[in-house]
Amino acid sequence: MYNAKAVIFGILIFVGLCASPFWASFIGRDYKSTDIVLPKNEKNCIEDADFMRSQHMRLLNEWRDEALRNENRVYTALDGKKWVISLQNTCLKCHNSYEDFCQKCHVANSVYPYCWTCHIIPKGGK
Amino acid sequence: MFPSLLLVLLIGVAAWAGTVAGGAVLFGVVLPYAAFAVFFAGMVWRMFYWAKSPVPFCIPTTGGQERSLPFIKQNAVDCPSSTGGVVVRMMLEVLLFRSLFRNTQAEVCSSRAGGVRSTYYSSKWLWVFALVFHYCFLLIFIRHFRFFVEPVPACVTFAESLDGIMQIGAPRLFLTGGCILVALCFLLGRRLFNERLRYISLFNDYFPLWLLIGIVGTGICLRYFDKCEIALVKIFVMGLTQFSPAPAAGINTLFFVHITLVSTLLLYFPFSKLTHMVGVFFSPTRNMPNNSRMARHINPWNPPKQYFTYAEYEDTYRDAMAEAGLPLDKQPDKAAE
Ligand code: HEC
Ligand code: HEC
Ligand code: HEC
Repeated sequence: MYNAKAVIFGILIFVGLCASPFWASFIGRDYKSTDIVLPKNEKNCIEDADFMRSQHMRLLNEWRDEALRNENRVYTALDGKKWVISLQNTCLKCHNSYEDFCQKCHVANSVYPYCWTCHIIPKGGK
Repeated sequence: MFPSLLLVLLIGVAAWAGTVAGGAVLFGVVLPYAAFAVFFAGMVWRMFYWAKSPVPFCIPTTGGQERSLPFIKQNAVDCPSSTGGVVVRMMLEVLLFRSLFRNTQAEVCSSRAGGVRSTYYSSKWLWVFALVFHYCFLLIFIRHFRFFVEPVPACVTFAESLDGIMQIGAPRLFLTGGCILVALCFLLGRRLFNERLRYISLFNDYFPLWLLIGIVGTGICLRYFDKCEIALVKIFVMGLTQFSPAPAAGINTLFFVHITLVSTLLLYFPFSKLTHMVGVFFSPTRNMPNNSRMARHINPWNPPKQYFTYAEYEDTYRDAMAEAGLPLDKQPDKAAE
């Protein structure tokens, strides 16, 4: 082998970089569940839980457009129930602890909604 | 072009059908592990193979004045004569694609005087889109570490915040996703609409492009359209990276198509032109200093030389030479002592 030192050095760097997903995940903590706290006195979310889990950001985006562009502050869910369109007063009434619900899941997945630079997180949890 | 597109679609459909038929573990666990193993072994084997290949001549490609007399200014980057210069040139090449920047295009066009003439012009589009593609790819790779590490490192979050800086929609639009798609379309369109390029383009030119378009397309779909549950995906992926696979229940089928296409890329990588990722460092035209006037480059496969120096020559033929009256370094009577 020619230039053995440089080549071995290069191969080590390559292996280190490409294996980074593996060693990086071992350096960090385990992540086996989101540990979110669901509302105790409610059974259902606005739509079913699967939909909420994957689509709530889209729902909120729709809500925002409905409320602010179409002046429509009532959302009719698939099951016919009517909800007042409000980020602070609807979502966070049931999910009354932002830290234990929204934030727990978001921080773990590196999602930092910028909504709260204007909207206010209700101080609750009681 | 069509066979490669068809193959990518076929792989996607197979992954979709296989997952729906209950093969999530096959496509989500077994295949990624196998692909990673092949990628690693293949690339390391490639590098050893290249490192073992002798370089017979000193063949750096140069683009400037070489080192010469002291009053002639050397172009130390384009025609490096030392290891330092080679390192600088290599870094500029890898980070900025400097040689692509010098890409010239030849075209035949009609001249004003009637008849045709050929013109050469500097073509920067390939350079621009190649740069866009590679840097978007890098950023997307870094961004994906949010699925591998808990807690997510600050640099990943920072990359995401830069990427989503326009704050369009929810989930926030990541600019790299769009840019890489545009760049890939350019790289593909270049092969389709330029007759000369089209003529020399082969299956293994189109396949990686379609594969990457497939990967980017499914990724964009997973984020903005046919969404998947990111929290579940993170748990699943962390299971993979920590070698204790988590159950795949509840994850969108499209996610497995995405994973399968990525695995295909990894499997294909060591056997394709994509090896230029490491190959650039092994290119003799790039990694040798242009010092052939200072240091002798010896071809490693030359057989050992049989030297016959003048002293030995004289020792052998001294008597005959003395008889013939030829001038000698040592006269026979001196040599005998
Ligand atoms: C620049 C400040 C600002 C930011 C950032 C912002 N909003 Fe708003 N939002 C407003 C204002 C102002 C209203 C109007 C309130 C009203 O008319 O009741 C509003 C109203 C809304 C509404 C409907 C009415 C209500 O009371 O909730 C929704 C839903 C909403 N925003 C969602 C979001 C989401 C989701 C985000 C983050 C992705 C966000 N907003 C970020 C300023 C902002
Ligand atoms: C009526 C009370 C109520 C309101 C209002 C409500 N939720 Fe929920 N939400 C729930 C309940 C209860 C669950 C648990 C459902 C289940 O597990 O089946 C839930 C589940 C969820 C989940 C899934 C969590 C998981 O991983 O299991 C998300 C995400 C969510 N809600 C977001 C929202 C958002 C965003 C809003 C506002 C648009 C909202 N919710 C409004 C009661 C509510
Ligand atoms: C089960 C985990 C989970 C829970 C609980 C959850 N979210 Fe999310 N949320 C996410 C994920 C994951 C994303 C990013 C989506 C993506 O990247 O495709 C997100 C994105 C968002 C976004 C868009 C952010 C952006 O700028 O991209 C908003 C707004 C949002 N969530 C609001 C909420 C609110 C409000 C709650 C609490 C009522 C909540 N979420 C609870 C997982 C969750």
